Amino acid sequence: MRFRLRIWRQKGAEGGRLVDYEIDGISPDVSFLEMLDVLNERLVSRGQEAVAFDSDCREGICGMCSLVINGQPHGPDRGMATCQLYMRRFKDGDVIVVEPFRARAFPPVKDLVVDRSALDRIIAAGGFISINTGSAPEANTVAVPKQNAERAMDSAACIGCGACVAACPNAAAMLFVGAKVSHLALLPQGGPERDRRVLAMRAQMDSEGFGNCTNETECEAACPKEIKMSNIARLNREYMRASLLAEDYTASKESA
Amino acid sequence: MGLFLGQGAPMSAKLDAKIPSGPVDRKWDKHRFELKLVNPANKRKFDILVVGTGLAGGSAAAALAELGYNVKVFCIQDSPRRAHSIAAQGGINAAKNYPNDGDSIWRLFYDTVKGGDFRAREANVYRLAQISNAIIDHCAALGVPFAREYGGLLANRSFGGAQVSRTFYARGQTGQQLLLGAYSALIRQVGKGQVKMFQRREMLELVVADGMARGIVCRNLVTGAIESYAGHAVLLCTGGYGNVYYLSTNALASNVSATWRAHKKGAYFANPCFTQIHPTCVPVSGEHQSKLTLMSESLRNDGRVWVPKKKGDRRPPQDIPEGERDYYLERRYPSFGNLVPRDVASRAAKQACDDGGGVGGTGLAVYLDFADAIKRLGVDAIREKYGNLFDMYQHIAGEDPYRAPMRIYPAVHYTMGGLWVDYNLMTTIPGLFCLGEANFSDHGANRLGASALMQGLADGYFIIPATLGGYLAGSKLPKVESSHPSFKEAERLAEERTRRLLAVGGSRTPADFHKELGRVMWDKVGMARNENGLKEALSRIPQLREEFWSNVKITGSGAEFNQTLERAGRVADFLEFGELIARDALERRESCGGHFREEYQTPDGEAKRDDHNFSHVAAWEHAGEGKAPLRHQESLDFEAVHLAERSYV
Repeated sequence: MRFRLRIWRQKGAEGGRLVDYEIDGISPDVSFLEMLDVLNERLVSRGQEAVAFDSDCREGICGMCSLVINGQPHGPDRGMATCQLYMRRFKDGDVIVVEPFRARAFPPVKDLVVDRSALDRIIAAGGFISINTGSAPEANTVAVPKQNAERAMDSAACIGCGACVAACPNAAAMLFVGAKVSHLALLPQGGPERDRRVLAMRAQMDSEGFGNCTNETECEAACPKEIKMSNIARLNREYMRASLLAEDYTASKESA
Repeated sequence: MGLFLGQGAPMSAKLDAKIPSGPVDRKWDKHRFELKLVNPANKRKFDILVVGTGLAGGSAAAALAELGYNVKVFCIQDSPRRAHSIAAQGGINAAKNYPNDGDSIWRLFYDTVKGGDFRAREANVYRLAQISNAIIDHCAALGVPFAREYGGLLANRSFGGAQVSRTFYARGQTGQQLLLGAYSALIRQVGKGQVKMFQRREMLELVVADGMARGIVCRNLVTGAIESYAGHAVLLCTGGYGNVYYLSTNALASNVSATWRAHKKGAYFANPCFTQIHPTCVPVSGEHQSKLTLMSESLRNDGRVWVPKKKGDRRPPQDIPEGERDYYLERRYPSFGNLVPRDVASRAAKQACDDGGGVGGTGLAVYLDFADAIKRLGVDAIREKYGNLFDMYQHIAGEDPYRAPMRIYPAVHYTMGGLWVDYNLMTTIPGLFCLGEANFSDHGANRLGASALMQGLADGYFIIPATLGGYLAGSKLPKVESSHPSFKEAERLAEERTRRLLAVGGSRTPADFHKELGRVMWDKVGMARNENGLKEALSRIPQLREEFWSNVKITGSGAEFNQTLERAGRVADFLEFGELIARDALERRESCGGHFREEYQTPDGEAKRDDHNFSHVAAWEHAGEGKAPLRHQESLDFEAVHLAERSYV
């Protein structure tokens, strides 16, 4: 197969531009990232610099790969990361535009690579259960209703790629935050820190420059793990509840 | 020196495994009692460097920070949550015996020693089995959403090679959930300031000062800057080296560089030839393939493996009647059937294909059929258990496994070898510890399914917090800062190497060299090995390495984000390391676990161990550039589990 690629190239934080590349001899059975590998091999052989892009596991679980492909984060397939996209999904001769995940909270690094460490900082603000190693009770002393465990797992499936942010017109991280808040709120182990967690994570989210949710639902459509919008509803409920009921506001004040 | 070195030295002084005395089930308690403790108020005076943030590194960094140590963690990805532990699917073993089916710590210990084909240390394996239960408790408390029964208690399943149901799981994403649990514990400490996190850093050199590991030199992958970090101990938790085969199930960035650089500074490398081939991967489709995708072997619980009896039978699988199918695992191993250990299942698949029974376009695949399980349990039950694996298969292969059997083929997956460590997880360099897949310790010549996650977390959450304290409390550690001459020397080495790579200016890309090395490794040092092939590899790899250093082409500079340069550095190390695997495989004149030497097999094609001559760990010492490495031995004694032929018939 043959394609015309229009790829965003950018050095450091300075501005970038779309550069056109022709590529041919591509099998429909190679993945999108393998197609970029082939392009890079050819570029390097010609003495040109390879296109920088992130990827690691190449099986849709590590969340390292990104890319906005023809305007869609992770490309056209629903419930798939970029690394799981195959060239058979395109037509011979297609023009394919490849851009980085764009958001104010994701500063560019190079070409298609951006800095998503803001997501780590949100988790560091409260996306955990405070238990030290060695102090856990016997695991079966805490029963978790199966349906809650299943729903917690649905939310915990988030791979932290940031596609929800890239897809959102407000560059909101509400789906990402909602997934973590929901995962832990659905489990009895997460109960004791429920209020503090949601207040602290929301405060960090705001301070990183992510926007607010206006129910565009683009995030759900782009999510490679099909995390549902209902996680945002739960985030809002948890936040309301914590704001109304929590007596101790220190956590939110500290991180504000 | 003669005592320490020399081929075939029975056991050199450096290879003291420091296994505590006493009965196997009391050793760990005794040892923990005897280890010196670091006063709680003094812990904050120690800086600990943790390289790698997978299950081993993430859990170690979290647990050590909880104790009050100052921890610095380094990861090659943009976030510690991306380490390749995340891709483990099937589960984690523990000896809880919740299903009441006869499991115990002793049985998990026994199964692991036996499954490892008697090439692991009894004391380590027993400790691992002992700790397994606490791991489940801790992970559940961290909010890991394990699968549960309707009563709300934890669910178990049986998993590759086990006759009891001792595997805990979170759908087909157990590794992801355990890693995110460890990551949450780690990042909680980042938030508290107890851990400092350094992402997109690649360790290029280990710093040894006054004979002790005191720091690392990294490349900042964003800016290209060479950075030095000093500490009182260094923990390498950098995973396995499967990518020496080019195609493997490992992530792209997985590499041997950190452990290899440590090896060249004096850490012995143990049993590098013990590599595991995973039996249930999606087969290779074409030449541009960048990695292989594994599907959890939990699939073998309900899937039946077969090939057509007639060679070259090209009919679609549904059209091949029952009587014309060869369920070769069930036929050859009636009591274990489709659940034989990985190495046995992998070699049997290769043999079925070598004999002409292979299916699919390349003839390098066998069927894994769920038709009977779907009939027995219903499509919903199968979907609940394996839904995401089925989806994954359908997406990659473009076929619906609910209707037609999957095609599978073995792929390099896990490496049992790694840096030699003693019972404290310390390498032959004082102050340098090695955890998880990166060390060689607990799986012997073959790892059982669902045991990698267990070992990574045992090392990180529970073992290193005890043994590191013993080292720190019992050592004199003079102040060493990154201005120390040993750091300057390490920085110089790292910078010079980058300069040398960039200066070659040849015509072949690093990936191209990697691919060729991978072909040599897979053909000659892969699933089945023989003397001639290994000798060929030993002559081909140095040639390839020489060509690399005279003909590699790298664009861009060292002072920027440069993925081509990163790749080149890793490939350069694989080109040295591959030779050591071949050498180790050549010297080990027996078959055991994942190491199958064609010269050493029983008449019916099973691995034939040589306990008399090879019941030992082979630990290799770097003897200097251009010199043959030295092979040391740590003999393995089996007191609790009697040496027996592994038999799954």
